[in-house]
Amino acid sequence: MVSKRGSSVSQKILEHELVPKHEVVSLKEGLEVLKKYGIKPDQLPWIKANDPVAKAIGAKPGDIVKVVRKTPWGGEIVVYRYVVP
Amino acid sequence: MTVTEEEKIVSMIKFGILSPEEIRKMSVVEVKSTETYDEDGLPVPHSVMDPHLGAIDPGHICPVCGNSIKGCPGHFGHIELALPVINVIFIKYIYDVLRAVCANCGRLKLPQKDIERGLKYYRKLNERHPYLARRFSEYIKKRAIKTTVCPHCGYKQPKLKLTKPITIEEYNEETRSYIRLNPLVIRSRLEKIPNEDVELLGFDPQESRPEWMILTVLPIPPIAIRPSIMIETGIRSEDDLTHKLVDIVRTNERLKEHIVAGAPQIIIDDLWELLQYHVTTYLDNEVPGFPPAKHRSGRPLKTLAQRLKGKEGRFRGNLSGKRVDFSARTVISPDPYISINEVGVSVEVAMKLTVPEKVTEWNIEELRKCVINGPYKWPGANYVVTPDGRRIDLRYVKDRKSLAESLAPGYIVERHIRNGDIALFNRQPSLHRMSIMGHIVKVLPGRTFRLHLAVCPPYNADFDGDEMNLHIPQTEDARAEARELLKVQYHILTPRYGGVIIGGLQDYISGAYLLTVKTTLLTKEDVMELLSSAGVVKELPEPAILSPRELWTGKQIVSLFIPPDFNYHGKASISAGHLKCEDIECFWDSYVVVRTGKLLMGVLDKKSIGAEQQDSFFYFLVKEYGADFAVNFIDSVFRMFIRILEKKGFTLRLDDVAIPEKAKNEIIQMLMESFKKVQEYVDQYVKGVLEVVPGRTAEESLEIKILEILAEARDKAGEIAVGYLDPFNHAFIMARTGARGNVLNLTQMAATLGQMTVRGERIWRGYMGRPLPHFSVNDLGPIARGFIVNSFYSGLSPTEMFMHAAGGREGLVDTAVRTSQSGYMQRRLINALMDLYVEYDYTVRDSSGSIIQFLYGEDGADPAKAPHGKPINVERIVERVIGWKL
Ligand SMILES: [Mg+2]
Ligand SMILES: [Zn+2]
Ligand SMILES: [Zn+2]
Repeated sequence: MVSKRGSSVSQKILEHELVPKHEVVSLKEGLEVLKKYGIKPDQLPWIKANDPVAKAIGAKPGDIVKVVRKTPWGGEIVVYRYVVP
Repeated sequence: MTVTEEEKIVSMIKFGILSPEEIRKMSVVEVKSTETYDEDGLPVPHSVMDPHLGAIDPGHICPVCGNSIKGCPGHFGHIELALPVINVIFIKYIYDVLRAVCANCGRLKLPQKDIERGLKYYRKLNERHPYLARRFSEYIKKRAIKTTVCPHCGYKQPKLKLTKPITIEEYNEETRSYIRLNPLVIRSRLEKIPNEDVELLGFDPQESRPEWMILTVLPIPPIAIRPSIMIETGIRSEDDLTHKLVDIVRTNERLKEHIVAGAPQIIIDDLWELLQYHVTTYLDNEVPGFPPAKHRSGRPLKTLAQRLKGKEGRFRGNLSGKRVDFSARTVISPDPYISINEVGVSVEVAMKLTVPEKVTEWNIEELRKCVINGPYKWPGANYVVTPDGRRIDLRYVKDRKSLAESLAPGYIVERHIRNGDIALFNRQPSLHRMSIMGHIVKVLPGRTFRLHLAVCPPYNADFDGDEMNLHIPQTEDARAEARELLKVQYHILTPRYGGVIIGGLQDYISGAYLLTVKTTLLTKEDVMELLSSAGVVKELPEPAILSPRELWTGKQIVSLFIPPDFNYHGKASISAGHLKCEDIECFWDSYVVVRTGKLLMGVLDKKSIGAEQQDSFFYFLVKEYGADFAVNFIDSVFRMFIRILEKKGFTLRLDDVAIPEKAKNEIIQMLMESFKKVQEYVDQYVKGVLEVVPGRTAEESLEIKILEILAEARDKAGEIAVGYLDPFNHAFIMARTGARGNVLNLTQMAATLGQMTVRGERIWRGYMGRPLPHFSVNDLGPIARGFIVNSFYSGLSPTEMFMHAAGGREGLVDTAVRTSQSGYMQRRLINALMDLYVEYDYTVRDSSGSIIQFLYGEDGADPAKAPHGKPINVERIVERVIGWKL
């Protein structure tokens, strides 16, 4: 089944409890992340633009996605993904 | 040397396929002579041994570059092939490209619009994500292959078929059969593909045009790469590659002659095929479906691919695998009287391994002595290096005394290793970091390496003939690293999960039990003997018993070595069966209590001092008092454990597993009852009234039930037998304390071996309806299906022995299978993970600095310090603060 971006099905996956919070970061914040780790964008882990979550949040190749995951010990960990085609 | 030395920096390496023009350009000679040497033994010009290919004999001057053997890098020649041949290495790509491209016009079988757009996209992708670009061209290729009608010229595409190894066939509509495409046809098709289409298929048209995958010119490698060997008799023996090249030249020349002479096509085709065979095996002699080219002796030739491939190939054998000096290898044997940080090295080995030591005014006298002792007397020296860099071999120095006199600061003496030097000790397979640890050298008589028994588990070593390697670090940095990071004491806690892997085992545990058990009372002499074996002088505590004699308990002695602020509570291994104790209210002495450094209650056994025990007495000592303390504890207290065994005598004998007649009868009675139950089930099964386990057949249900009953019977037999054993029987002590063996082993020795199984089933394979001809056909009873009534003590009957061997074999087979499989898995994992590291910001990076994890393990916890995955042990903190466990 082909699901268009923004369709109800693709939006629903964001509500699943096992899907952590994803968001596209602003250009400014993205540059800060790269500066913090001293890397070029493609040295971040990648996420494909056709990944269901990337489609659901409308991430485009070249964007940086911020993922906030819960850890088993109750804390949070922030990781970033570079969106690639 | 006339080579002009220029300094250049390699900024990039680009791989491509050599074009025929390039091969000709770099060639210094065309090879066409089938003879290699003339009557005088001189290389024939234009042969595969042509002198232009590089100077190989000392004294010869290269006619191309004017260098002698030292400076001549070797030069390539070439063969002009009479007809083109396929390069096997590329056969897969040739086949793919042919299918992706129109057989008529040579265009990529996609609409022009798609090609243009795709190419634009591909180029952009290639700049930023070469990896994705490769995937994209893979996708393009797949799509093109699927197209059956050329969108450019409308030609209907015939089906292509690849017959391994290198035959490509095309379906002919008229003859309705597959027709072989010869290399000439294939090459002309590949030539037709325009550069743009080639690029979109993932090739770089400048560096590797697809038609170059079909060879028309073959490069001849320099002789330096395939040197001939002189056998003593003066006969020259050529390298495998040279043999193969001669074959190629010979076939090629014959083919040329026949073509010129206008020979019939069949003869030419035959020779062409032969040429293809020779070129193929020259490149790779292990192509599946091709008979490998063989030497006269029948040995397959080692050609180009074989030089690179596999464990002993150029990559794994020479580039990744390094051989080193200053190393030694010999059999290992145990020595409980050295420290766990030490390794015993034989004098013979110590006289071969050296450490370079700079002469200073503080060590000059000592090093003079070493030089005087020379290479054959330990502690001596093997070499002296003068300040101007001359190495003097002491084996050939007549007057070592005067050399010793001439020593001065600035000289370097390569002296023998001696006590206190650091060495790296290793046992293969080196599966984890504890497989190589730093040990302090202790030179001992004998011919083996000696190691402390407690360091066997990390190396997985035993003394049934195991050998280990020893390496002597040669620089100050290496020695400092070895001392500060690699020494055994820093590996008592494993980085895998933070537990102790170096701790008590086997006799240490039996000894700990015997020392701390309530019945052990020691006289003053005993105590002093024990303390002296621990190598300490200590003031004795008040004796536990004052009259009629002063007697001390073992617990008091152990307490002398426990820090005064240490508290601990925990179960002992012997806390099982009727000796079970859950808390401090323990009558059986099977609950360990340490308060303010005094062992008040409980025996020390595997649960307290053993390796790999969670939250144990020894674990907390190591964790809270550090590695130095732990080493000291092992080197002193553990030695007392051994000493008490030596004093009391501790061994296992046949009588230890003997049980009285009464017990035997009880066991037989019980087994007979179980057999009767089995018979009942069998009868039910035969009648077809057996209750079936859900999801199983009647037969499976029967087997499950029988196995259940018989396992239960064996356990019961064990219980009966163990009930009759004296609790201070040595075999039983070892089983109870966890030193060695378990109740099942005792059961098998004293009572019955029980059911033998193969693949979890009772043994039934062999003859029709029975595993051995001694039984009647379709006997489903316990004995006929591998139940062993006898014990190791009573001895097995012949049929029982067969069943036991059948069961035992399975164990051997799957250990053999498992080790090979896990070895390969380990190799793949290590290759994938080897260059990951944790950066100072706690991110995990690869060698290019890309991020793998944003925080190590996503929690930043060091598993060596977070036992079993838990970062904090709250219970222990409470116990330490308030003195007892809640
Ligand atoms: Mg062994
Ligand atoms: Zn040369
Ligand atoms: Zn076409």
